[in-house]
Amino acid sequence: MAVTTCFNEMYEKGRVRPPYRQLEDWTRAMPAELREMKQAEAEALFRRIGITFAVYGEGGDPDRLIPFDMFPRVFTAREWARLERGIKQRARALNAFLADVYGRGEIVRAGRIPGRLVHRNAAYEKSVVGFTPPKGVYSHVVGIDLVRTGPDEFFVLEDNCRTPSGVSYMLENREIMMRMFPELFRENRIEPVDSYPEKLRRTLASVAPLKCEREPTVVLLTPGHFNAAYYEHSFLADLMGVELVEGADLFVEGEFLYMRTTEGPKRVDVIYRRIDDAYVDPLCFRPDSMLGVPGLMDVYRSGGVTICSAPGAGVADDKAVYTFVPEMIRFYLGEEPLLNNVPTWQCGKEADLSHVLAHLPELVVKEVHGSGGYGMLVGPKSTREQIEAFRARIEADPDNYIAQPTLALSTTPTFVNEGIAPRHVDLRPYCLVGERIELVPGGLTRVALTEGSLVVNSSQGGGVKDTWVLAE
Amino acid sequence: MLSRTADNLYWIARYMERAETMARLLEVGARMSLLPSAHGYRNEWDSLLQASGTAGGYAQKYGQAHQRDIESYLFFDLDNPSSVASCIGKARENARIVRTALTAQVWDAINTAYQELRALEKSPRDKLELSRLIDWTMNKAAIIRGSIDTTQLRNDGWDFLNLGYYLERSDNTARLMDVKYYVLLPRVEFVGSGMDNYQWATLLRATSAHRAFHWAYGGEVTARKIADFLILNGQCPRSLTNCIEGVCTHLKRLEKAYGRPSRPSEVAETIAAELAALSVEEIIEEGLHEFLSRFILEAANLSGVIFETYLSGDVR
Repeated sequence: MAVTTCFNEMYEKGRVRPPYRQLEDWTRAMPAELREMKQAEAEALFRRIGITFAVYGEGGDPDRLIPFDMFPRVFTAREWARLERGIKQRARALNAFLADVYGRGEIVRAGRIPGRLVHRNAAYEKSVVGFTPPKGVYSHVVGIDLVRTGPDEFFVLEDNCRTPSGVSYMLENREIMMRMFPELFRENRIEPVDSYPEKLRRTLASVAPLKCEREPTVVLLTPGHFNAAYYEHSFLADLMGVELVEGADLFVEGEFLYMRTTEGPKRVDVIYRRIDDAYVDPLCFRPDSMLGVPGLMDVYRSGGVTICSAPGAGVADDKAVYTFVPEMIRFYLGEEPLLNNVPTWQCGKEADLSHVLAHLPELVVKEVHGSGGYGMLVGPKSTREQIEAFRARIEADPDNYIAQPTLALSTTPTFVNEGIAPRHVDLRPYCLVGERIELVPGGLTRVALTEGSLVVNSSQGGGVKDTWVLAE
Repeated sequence: MLSRTADNLYWIARYMERAETMARLLEVGARMSLLPSAHGYRNEWDSLLQASGTAGGYAQKYGQAHQRDIESYLFFDLDNPSSVASCIGKARENARIVRTALTAQVWDAINTAYQELRALEKSPRDKLELSRLIDWTMNKAAIIRGSIDTTQLRNDGWDFLNLGYYLERSDNTARLMDVKYYVLLPRVEFVGSGMDNYQWATLLRATSAHRAFHWAYGGEVTARKIADFLILNGQCPRSLTNCIEGVCTHLKRLEKAYGRPSRPSEVAETIAAELAALSVEEIIEEGLHEFLSRFILEAANLSGVIFETYLSGDVR
């Protein structure tokens, strides 16, 4: 089954959709030479600012740029309002689920989700069972990956409850567009996104631990400057006005956590950590971790420090648990889901498995714990040999795979060598959960730059675009 | 500020100062190689390797001293931890780690130097004249230093940057002088000869102090005057006295900002007081080499105390 008809977000029935009208004039007025010049300018800006990422396991330039496409992607206020409600609803349900499975476990007892998916999940963290983090929040930044197949058809592809990355691109893409094309921002009424860092800081401060009696000290914990996302870590720390720390900068003494400063120890109240659970505390998790802080979990569980996201939050964004999110929304909120899941077959179920194996050339198959576009099969884009090789992998460990239909992902106009052409896109908005739930009007649009490709991951040659939400 | 951040700032400055010293050394080498010499140019180039403390690494990699190899080794070679490319690379890596503690202009200056260096590395070597590489390095070092001076907030971070600059510079000046005495001039009968004075003048060039020296002293270039200029004269920006005074100033600022006395300040003041009490005759009497060796040790000790007190993170 080849994907033949896709929704192009700029056109409907052969006519330009209203939100894109000004962009049509803009591209018409831009000769190819000017476009090339602007593209080179954008690249130089990115490189000069130092917005690069590293790709693991490859040689070549360690400072690689994510390709930036200057053609913005546009949402109307009405479209966004609907997405916003759906995203916030989902973020609420995911946090309710986490509070439940580390508490009384009602949803499992009610038989709405199989216990083994929760308790035998590698991301389920036994060491925090019975502990409720401040304000009951587990996932403070929820990244929800969305795809679109029609004017009103949006699907959630996956949830990211741990430490979703990419928000710095949302902010920098906007900065660069405003610098290069100020006229676009005068002519269109585009909602700003630059309040994100301040909102993130407020969110983090709002979940200060019980024992914190003054203005909380927030830090961002990074694995270090060799990490692919280090730029983002330093960028966010800078804009929030908080220290960017590594594990070795922190130590536990008594019932509190401190950072090492030139003036002596300084207490830390909230950690926005960008390292995985397994590395947070070598005494509690991986003993060989050099990235974490020995004793941190004890301070955390005794209310001396808040860790964001909470250790164990990953159990909610697993691809197998994903299929139950609509059920969570009904169970905890008593609402109907505003955003749909993509229909998903779980290879661990016998009936689903035989369907999947019989339809491999049409499906997208993913590893339950995979990420970044690795370890997946895009049936319609794969050769017979690739499909057969993947079939063997699924048969060997069916529990480890899920499958979804190949969606006719929407496209948006994108600058390519030959001019402008449609390319597939997805969207990741970043929902903040603290005392309040907030969402800045925008997100990261990733674009598959290769013609026909459906894989938008930066590690697989995807690019990024500025994402506009028009004001009413 | 985080101790690690202070450490990174300190090393940005040290590496940039070291890169500049390397470029100066290359300039001296290029100049010497153009002149007839009693020992042949190889010996002169070899002395450069000695001066930069890279002779061992070079010998291991190349064996014989050849001008082209030495140029590559001192400028581009990442196997040489003191090459210009290594220093700029490490300065930039330290800067990348603490970008949040640098102004946009300082980061931009360091990052631009690094990006241009990457481009230079890709150009064919025979298209790159040594003089251009030297000018480029001095230029970048000046832009980075200038953007630090004009844009960085005068907070503790500024002090750590300056401590790095002054300590590295004092070490470099002392080592350059020491090399002059023992490598450039291996034979006793040259002392006081025309050759001797020429080599002293070369040393002035290496410290970019040639013209400044004439402003300050005039007349003939003698070992005594030069030692006075590079060690004791507070007007000379690279003199040991001036470097140590700079260190003292910034340590005092830190004491004031943090509201507590510190050991580094004590140690630095002791060295400064000693320098202030010395005359050039006393230095020559002690033996220039002996004096410099002692100074290098004292400066290293001071770096150690600064590390323990501010950079290690163990302070209470």
